Amino acid sequence: MTVPADLPDWVAILTSVLVLLGAGLTLIGTVGLLRLKNFYARVHAPTLGTTLGVGCVLLASILYFTVLQSRPVLHEVLIAIFVTITTPVTLMLLVSAALHRDWDEGNGHVPMQPRLGPDTKEQE
Amino acid sequence: MTRWMPYPILSAFLLGMWLLLNQSLSPGHIVLGSIIGVAGGLAISTLQIPSGRIHRPLSIVKLAFIVLVDIIRSNIAVTRIVLTPGRKAQSGFMTIPLDLRDHYGLAILACIITSTPGTVWVNFDSAKGVLLIHVLDLIDEAAWTDLIKNRYERLLREIFE
Repeated sequence: MTVPADLPDWVAILTSVLVLLGAGLTLIGTVGLLRLKNFYARVHAPTLGTTLGVGCVLLASILYFTVLQSRPVLHEVLIAIFVTITTPVTLMLLVSAALHRDWDEGNGHVPMQPRLGPDTKEQE
Repeated sequence: MTRWMPYPILSAFLLGMWLLLNQSLSPGHIVLGSIIGVAGGLAISTLQIPSGRIHRPLSIVKLAFIVLVDIIRSNIAVTRIVLTPGRKAQSGFMTIPLDLRDHYGLAILACIITSTPGTVWVNFDSAKGVLLIHVLDLIDEAAWTDLIKNRYERLLREIFE
């Protein structure tokens, strides 16, 4: 990538640091996905990339284009909002699916399925 | 709330999104964004979602700041767990009794807990009010209970209940 001549040095350096930090966190998350031992522990690792990882890359993008175009460029905020709202839903679905499978197969190491006796009312 | 704006927060969010996407504050885009905001609110109203009330708007800013700090801290903690060679994380499930009952409050708590690295929302038993979460670094159960009850749930109850 070529750096435009009119870009101040400090912006170029800060942008590079933020992009590398974001990419590094995503990589660590991926390594965690590989290294951790069971499914429930593995779910935790990729959230590094979807929180601070994506945050650093978006900050770098805001900084770079704001300085380059000499006006505030903020639409990256929308990416942050949508990633923050949607990834937890996916993760919760994955964990629920895994838990229901473990309950069905009677695997150990997972908490008991909540029993719905006559005294506990199921809501909705 | 009113006939034309059943969900004012959603309408305001749609207007904000429109202005951000077009990167413009020109009157034309404000009018167009307002029309989209009102139309979006009316379209959603056919789903008959219960409307929520926000009681303490300032607490939202406080909560957002706390969550931001916690996300950065837990990113560092999880990075340390992943990168320490030969370390076996003491991960496991734990339950926390909750007093929060508001649907929107619970939804936001679910997003906070799941998007913070190291904790995942698993299940909420609405009849008993017991939350089941999975924690990557389950050494001190009391500390996690304290974090969720005193740092997040207290503020969420202030905002929504």
